[in-house]
Amino acid sequence: MTITLGIQSPVLKVENVAISYETRYGDVEAVRQVSFEAHRATTFGIVGESGCGKSTVAFGIVDFLGPNGKIVGGSIKFQGRELVGRSQKELRTLRGDQIAMVYQDPMQALNPSVTLGDQLAEVLTVHRVIPKAEAWQKSIDMLNRVYMPDAANVMQRYPHQISGGQQQRVVIAMALLNNPALLIMDEPTTALDVTVEAVVLDLIEDLKRDFDTAIVYITHNLGVVARVCDYVGVMYAGELVERGPIEAIFGDPQHPYTQGLMRCVPKLGTTKESSRLYPIRGRVPAPKNRPKGACIFAPRCDYATDRCYNERPLLREIKPGHSARCFYSEQIDADAWQPPEGVAPELAPAAEETGQKPILQVKDLKTYYEQESKSLLSLVGMGEKLYVKAVEGVSLEVPPGKTLGIVGESGCGKSTLAKTIVGLESPTGGDAEFLGFDITSPVSERDVKLIQELQMVFQNPDSTMNPSYTIGQQISRPLRRFKAVPSNKVREEVIRLFNAVRLDGSYYDRLPRQLSGGEKQRVGIARAFASRPALVLCDEPVSALDVSVQAAVLNLLLEIQRQYGTTMLFIAHDLSVVRFFSDYVAVMYLGHIVEIGPAEAIYAPPYHPYTEALLSAVPIPDPKVEQKHIRLEGTVPSALNPPSGCTFHTRCPRRSMLPDGGQICETEVPPWRYNTEKHRIFCHIPLEDLRQMEPVVTTV
Amino acid sequence: MAVSEQAMPKAAARPSRLKRLWEGISIIFASKTAVIGLIIVLFWVFVAIFAPVLTPYSPTEQDFKAQNQGPSGAHLLGTDSLGRDIWSRLIYGARVVLVILPVSESFWLPGGTALWGVFLGLVVGSTLGLMGGYLGGWIDEVVMRLLDAMMAFPVILLYMIIIAAVGASATNVVLAIAIVGTPGIARLVRSLALDIRTRDYIRAAELRGENPWYIMFVEILPNARGPIIIDAMLRVGYAIFAMGTLGFLGLGLPPPSPDWGSMVAKGRQYILSGSPWAALWPSVAIASLVVGLNLFADGLREESLRYQ
Repeated sequence: MTITLGIQSPVLKVENVAISYETRYGDVEAVRQVSFEAHRATTFGIVGESGCGKSTVAFGIVDFLGPNGKIVGGSIKFQGRELVGRSQKELRTLRGDQIAMVYQDPMQALNPSVTLGDQLAEVLTVHRVIPKAEAWQKSIDMLNRVYMPDAANVMQRYPHQISGGQQQRVVIAMALLNNPALLIMDEPTTALDVTVEAVVLDLIEDLKRDFDTAIVYITHNLGVVARVCDYVGVMYAGELVERGPIEAIFGDPQHPYTQGLMRCVPKLGTTKESSRLYPIRGRVPAPKNRPKGACIFAPRCDYATDRCYNERPLLREIKPGHSARCFYSEQIDADAWQPPEGVAPELAPAAEETGQKPILQVKDLKTYYEQESKSLLSLVGMGEKLYVKAVEGVSLEVPPGKTLGIVGESGCGKSTLAKTIVGLESPTGGDAEFLGFDITSPVSERDVKLIQELQMVFQNPDSTMNPSYTIGQQISRPLRRFKAVPSNKVREEVIRLFNAVRLDGSYYDRLPRQLSGGEKQRVGIARAFASRPALVLCDEPVSALDVSVQAAVLNLLLEIQRQYGTTMLFIAHDLSVVRFFSDYVAVMYLGHIVEIGPAEAIYAPPYHPYTEALLSAVPIPDPKVEQKHIRLEGTVPSALNPPSGCTFHTRCPRRSMLPDGGQICETEVPPWRYNTEKHRIFCHIPLEDLRQMEPVVTTV
Repeated sequence: MAVSEQAMPKAAARPSRLKRLWEGISIIFASKTAVIGLIIVLFWVFVAIFAPVLTPYSPTEQDFKAQNQGPSGAHLLGTDSLGRDIWSRLIYGARVVLVILPVSESFWLPGGTALWGVFLGLVVGSTLGLMGGYLGGWIDEVVMRLLDAMMAFPVILLYMIIIAAVGASATNVVLAIAIVGTPGIARLVRSLALDIRTRDYIRAAELRGENPWYIMFVEILPNARGPIIIDAMLRVGYAIFAMGTLGFLGLGLPPPSPDWGSMVAKGRQYILSGSPWAALWPSVAIASLVVGLNLFADGLREESLRYQ
C-alpha cells in the first residue's frame, strides 16, 4: 500500500475541517482540525467513543449536517475538487453516484413500501439515462455480487421480507451500483448479530478490492476496525488524536488515549484471573466545555504536564505515516505504564472447585409465549394455538459465588431465561430451584425474603432509573421495602452503597438525567445490591456503554461480587466480555443451551459447531490474531416453528462430519455429550471428532 | 476507579427547588405563543379573583333606568336588558369558572367549576387509564370498551343527558365535565402507561415485589405528567366552552347567578334591536379564555418537545 501511495492521488482529502452546530447555547464546535486521506482500494477507519464527532465528520463530507450544522473551516477535496461551499444541488449529483453512504440501520435506509428491485433500479435511473430493463438486470448482477441468495426473487420483495443481514447487503449493493469512488460506511454492522456481522465484514473486504473503492469506515468497535481497516484515525472529543496504519495503531499506539483504549477492552481469551481492565479516568468533556488552548485529553491523561494545559498540541508525524496529537509521544513508553493506585481491582483468585451444592438449579425449563394465529377460528377461541418457544428445555446449575455467562445471538432466548428465573415471566414447564426454594412462580407470588435474594441489573442506562425521582430516593426504596436497615439508618446505608459503586454522597439528591450513562449503570448496580441478594442477574449490563466506561463497570461488578460473595448470571452477546467475566459459560441457540461448561473449556476444542462459528465471527481488537474462517449460512429460524431434530441443523457447517451428511440431525434431537463432568455439548457428532477440531483463535 | 471519580470535575449539585421552578417557568417565556396565552389567562384569573374590588356594582343589582345601554363611564361595558352591569356580571362569571365552586348558597370551594370538573376527570380517567395500560388483560378490555361506548355519544348530547338527569347546578356541571372528560383522559394515560411500563425501572419495581397500585401511581404516573398537564389545560378550555353551551341552552347555573352562556342567550334577543353588547361581551370572554388556554398549552407543548 505504501508504494502506491506516492503514485496515486487520494480520492478524498480532508484538511483541517471544523464543523459546528447551532444550538440554544450558541454555536458549538463538534469537530475541529480533522485531516485524513482515503485512497483507492483501502479502508480508512474512524474510531471513537460516542459523541466524539465521528459521524459528524462523515456527514460533513457530503454536507448532510442538517439545518443547524455547518462546516466552518478547512477543506474537503474529492478527487481533487473542493466540496466545501458547493451548493446542495451540485452535491446531489455526487451523492449516490460518486459518493455513496451506508448507515447503521438498514431498515431506515430502505423504503418499506417500495420493492427492493425498484429501489435498486432507481439508483441507476436517477443519475443517468438508462433503460429500465438494463437497470433491473444490473441490479440483479449487483445483488449476486454481494452474495445475495436468489437475487432475482429478492428484487420482487419488500424490505421486511428479508433478514437484517440481507437488508444491509441490499443497502451495500445499492451504494455500489454506480461504482462510486468513495463509500462512507457509518457503523454498518452495529445493529447486526456477530455471525451476520462477520459475513458483512467479509463482503466489505472483498468489494473494496474488486471495485477499487475508497472506503471511510466509521465505528466504535475496535475489533471491527482491526478486521476491516488499513488505516485508522482515532477520534476523541471532536479531534483526531492519532492516525496511522492499522498495525501501528494496535501494535504501537502513540497517543495516551489510544493506549488507554487498548487497556480497556478485554481481548478474547483474557480472563479476570489472568488480566485486568484499566478504565480511563474521568469522562469526555461536553462539546461546549472543551478547552480551546490546551490538550483536550489532558484532564484524563496520566502523563499530562503544565504544558498540556496551556498549549494545544498539533497532529504531528511521530513515525513515517503515523501521527499523534501529543507533545510527548516519543518519551511515553506504553509498556512501562503503571496503573495508578486503586484504578482496577486485584486479579481474581484462580477458580477453585468448592464442591458446594449449587445455589441455582434449573431443570428442563420451558418458557413459551402464546401467539394468536390470525385465522377466524382463533377469533372465537377455537383456532390452533401457536407458541413462540423462547426457552426450550434448559438445564443448568450455578455454584455459589460463581458467575455463569450466557451468550447467544439476539432472539436465542437468553433474556427470556433470565426473566423466567427472576419471575417476570412464568415458565411453561420444568423445574427451577434457588436456595432450596421453588422459583417457578411469578414474582408477585413470591415471598419477600425470596424476592430480595434475587435481583437484576438492566441493560439500558437511560431507562434503568425512574427519571422522576432522585437517585437517593430510588436506592432507599428497596432498603425500606426489604427492611434491610432500620429506617433511621437508611440514608447512611444509601451513601455506603454509593461509595461501594464509587460515587460520592453528593449524588443522593441528583436526578437521573444529571448522570452520565456509566454513572446511571452504577446506580443500577447499587440498587440491585441494596438488598444484599444472593443471586444477581446482569442482562447485558455493559453493552450500551462506551468501552472506557464498560471497563469501569465490569471492574465494579467484579469487585462487588468478591466483596459480597454474590452469585451472578451474566448475559451478554460479546464473547470477549463473557469470557473475561465468567467462570462458567452457556451458549444458547434458539431456546436451547447447546454447550455449557467452565469458561476455558468453552473457548477451546471440543466445540459445539455453533460455538465454533460464534468464536470465529467475533471481531478481535488485535490485527495479529488469526481466526478460523467459519461463516454461517442463512438466518436464525423462527422460534415459532423451530427446525426438527437439532435446531441448528439448518445452518450447521459441521454436519458433513457425520455419515450420510447428517441425516440424523434433521430427525433426532441430539444427545448431551459429556466432555468432562461439567462440560457438555448438545450434538450428534461424537466427542472424538469434535476434539479433532483446531482452536479457532491463534496468535501469530 | 477511586482515583477516577475524585479527579472528575464535580457535576453541579442538584439545583434548589426555586431554581428548578424558575427553569420550568422559563420554558414558557421561550415561546411567544405560550406567553400570549398566559397573559390572556392571567388577565381572567386576575379579574376573577379581584372581582369585588374591580366593580362598584353587584352582578345581580338591577337598574331599570339603565337598560340595554352601550359602554359608558358609569357602566364600563354597558348594561343588559334588566339594567345589570355587564362588566360586573362578566367578572363574577369568571369567578365561577376559574376561582370558586359554589356547592350550596352558603358554601363554596376554592377553584373554579371548570377546574374542578377537569380535576375530577383526571382522577378518574388517570386511574382507569393506568389500570388499562399497566394491568392489561381483561381489565383493559372491559374498561376501554366501556369508555369507547361513552365516546360514541356526541359530547353536547352527553352533557345535556347528564344535566337533564341530575339537574342544573354548579356541582352537577362539575360532574358532567368530569364524566365527559374521563374517556379521553383515560385513553391518553393508557397510551402513556403502555409505553412507560416497558422501561427497566418498572421491571426493577416489580422485582422488589411492589404492589401494582404503587407501580401505577408512584412509578408510572409521575413520568406521564408532562402530556397530562398539557392535555388538562386544553380540557379546561373545552370545559369552559361546554359551560357556555350549557348556559346558553339554559342548563347552566340557575338564573340570577352570572353565567356567561346564559348571558349570551339572554342578550341574543336584543342584538337586532340595536343593543348587541349584552351578547357580545360574554361571547368575547368565552372565546378569549378558551383561545388563551389553547395558545398556552400549544406553546408549552411545542417548547417542551423542542427541549428533548
